[in-house]
Amino acid sequence: MSDTHAESIRFVRETTLPQAEPPVAERGVYKWGRENLFATPANTLLTLVSLYVIYLVLSAILPWLLNGVWNANSLTECREILAGETGGCFAVLVDRWSQLFFGFKYPSEEYWRPTLTFLLFFLAAAPVLFFDLPRKLLIFTAIFPFLAYWLIWGGPVLVPVVALIGFILGYLVYARLVTQNFAGGFFGGVAAAVAVWFLGGYLVEWTSGPTSLLAAVPSRDLGGYMLNFMLGVSCVSLSVPIGIALALGRQSSMPLIKWVSVVFIEFIRGVPLITLLFVASVMLAYFFPPESTVDLFLRVVIMITMFSSAYIAEVIRGGLAALPKGQYEAADSLGLDYAQAMRLIILPQALKISIPGIVNIAVGLFKDTTLVSVISMFDLVGMIRGPILASTDWNGVYWELLGFAALLFFVVCYGISQYSQWLERRLATDHR
Amino acid sequence: MTTLTDPPKGAFRPSMLLYDSRYRSLTLQAIAAIVLALCFLYLYSNVAANLRAAGLNISYSFLGNTAGYDINQTLIEYTSQSTNWRAAIVGILNTLLVAFLACITATIFGVLAGVLRLSPNWLVRKLMAFYVEIFRNIPVLIWIIIIFTIMTAVLPAPSAFRGDDSDSSMLFNLAAFTNRGVYIPGPYFTRGFGAEGNGALNWLLVIAVLVGSLIATRAVSASANAKQAATGVRPKTLWLNLAIWFVPVIIVLFALGLQWDTPALRGFNFQGGLKIGGPLIALWFALSIYTGAFIAENVRAGIQAVSKGQTEAAAALGLRPRRVMSLVVLPQALRVIIPPLISQYLNITKNSSLAIAVGYADITATLGGITLNQTGRAIECVLLLMLFYLIISLLISAFMNVYNNTMKLKER
Repeated sequence: MSDTHAESIRFVRETTLPQAEPPVAERGVYKWGRENLFATPANTLLTLVSLYVIYLVLSAILPWLLNGVWNANSLTECREILAGETGGCFAVLVDRWSQLFFGFKYPSEEYWRPTLTFLLFFLAAAPVLFFDLPRKLLIFTAIFPFLAYWLIWGGPVLVPVVALIGFILGYLVYARLVTQNFAGGFFGGVAAAVAVWFLGGYLVEWTSGPTSLLAAVPSRDLGGYMLNFMLGVSCVSLSVPIGIALALGRQSSMPLIKWVSVVFIEFIRGVPLITLLFVASVMLAYFFPPESTVDLFLRVVIMITMFSSAYIAEVIRGGLAALPKGQYEAADSLGLDYAQAMRLIILPQALKISIPGIVNIAVGLFKDTTLVSVISMFDLVGMIRGPILASTDWNGVYWELLGFAALLFFVVCYGISQYSQWLERRLATDHR
Repeated sequence: MTTLTDPPKGAFRPSMLLYDSRYRSLTLQAIAAIVLALCFLYLYSNVAANLRAAGLNISYSFLGNTAGYDINQTLIEYTSQSTNWRAAIVGILNTLLVAFLACITATIFGVLAGVLRLSPNWLVRKLMAFYVEIFRNIPVLIWIIIIFTIMTAVLPAPSAFRGDDSDSSMLFNLAAFTNRGVYIPGPYFTRGFGAEGNGALNWLLVIAVLVGSLIATRAVSASANAKQAATGVRPKTLWLNLAIWFVPVIIVLFALGLQWDTPALRGFNFQGGLKIGGPLIALWFALSIYTGAFIAENVRAGIQAVSKGQTEAAAALGLRPRRVMSLVVLPQALRVIIPPLISQYLNITKNSSLAIAVGYADITATLGGITLNQTGRAIECVLLLMLFYLIISLLISAFMNVYNNTMKLKER
């Protein structure tokens, strides 16, 4: 049997073949290209169309970008240097660099103040954004708003100091009383802070002389990208706590509280930001006491904060609703009261769920700060459309300026969205 | 076994207002109501004092006064002698026009980009990701200004079209792109109801015929469905549907004597045809590409939310890729896509208020801009403006929610 079998087989390989390379069409760039670019005739067509589009865009932009003029004093000078060649006139950016960032009224010898504030901002934001950093840095974050106010606006140093002392004293009272009762701690803290500010107001008035360490700069002198940045940062950070309060109010079982929150949120979300800015510029002054003058910057901050807090409230409401009901029941079963349950169990988880949404709102809001140019504030867009394009030197330099503005916003917004994606991965503590 | 009993009904003590959970919520709400009332009272007294000091009072009578300014683009009859109220209506119609146009084109851009972002073609995928990131991360105001700049500073003036060997030429001798706007052929009727140029009734007739065609095609597909359910064979309806769509409307247009009025260079400017102003195009196009990037992300998320098993199951049943898409994937994806799409439409409508930056005469520019500045009636104008946008927002979300309800998963 076995003999016959051995004879019926002509050839038996006794060694394994060495591994061979896959055929050329099945490896490397050929395989990748075939699968990703030329899989079907339709796909090939799409690839060719895309290549053509890329060619069109690059052939339009690259000569303009690479052949740009960086040193000139006016557009006519730029054109003389270019002598008919295609090329951007980037000299306008060099010439008006400080105006683009600080506006045209901020005293130029004080430019170091906003610049320093900007650098310190990163130091202050770092422990909030990257919580692997030592927690002690948060102390600087807490001091930063007051320091930033003093650096940018100048004036008597006692103003931010008194404000800071009010907050510190309020926090101490709160920390002392909250062990017994959250409401007592909260209202006690607020009362202590208000008392300090009230007394401090007299102190500031009494001590303030005509000269101060840093020269006072009125709000209307702020401008440029700095204004966008300040509006974005201050409105987002102010609107998160208000948004949390509104979201909790909307979930409340008390009909009056719930009703007020719902009306506020739906009203704000139903109207465009421009109308709210109109309110800030032409209408809000009527709502303050007749003798008071509240400057436009503050009015705009109030309205934008209201606007973004309504949106953030909806995002956080989504986070609260997404939390499993068991978490609420667990908090109840531990015997925690409302404030404890929210602070210790519900809100930390709900906020974690809401982070992508909050970041979306923040990015959108930062982009929307350009709308203040409509009510004649000279932010980055306002500066470009107003003083720079209207000047005789640079009338007609559209693409360089608008492209620069677009680039600035793109860098910041894209950076924030990338950070938020990193944060989401980092905070993914559930096991899925 | 213990039984639950009601808490003891003691006499009411004032301390129960704070410590008894039955009364505490009432106490809190009473405090909130008082604080709220005090706030409103304070604001109201401030407003009253300020208005008295300025010698003003709240009155809407300015709406009946002559507006005294011109509007470059109007959908209804309007002159500078019309009232402020009429100017506001013109603005409202312009707002609705640009919002409607931008919603349609943004959906087209968004769906295209969203589907292409899932394309197996690497290059197309990357290009679309590039589009989405670029447009989402740059303020819409900058986009509007950029496109408006293209419209006004880059496109040639009408004078460039003059002469035999002119610098610019019209597209197929039909459309002209100038810095004053885009001129395209405009249809008009030579016969039919009403005088020439006043063809509103004729257009209504055309629209009625189209609506009739829509109802007829739906009836055809319903009967085809019934036949398929009964016999298993689906009758071919394509040619019938095409005929229903095209034949009646062509007959009506022919009966009404449709003619095209092509723009031509006469004097210093183009005459005839339809003129679409630069501001409208800038606003329309910028809102479309900006919001399209957001819609693309919604569409992509919606399609990715349909589990892969659904596609595989459909393929296993022998459905071809296009039918898999239209019968299995899209109906499920739409459920995820529609709610965010509603808010994108709302965003378009609200962002159309940026018209004021390029001088398109929408409601924000007429009522909130010129009328406000001329009359000084800040409170009244801003309140009316907000009221308008609130109503529009509520209407859009109501309509779209009805549509969403017909699309969503039918459960027990």
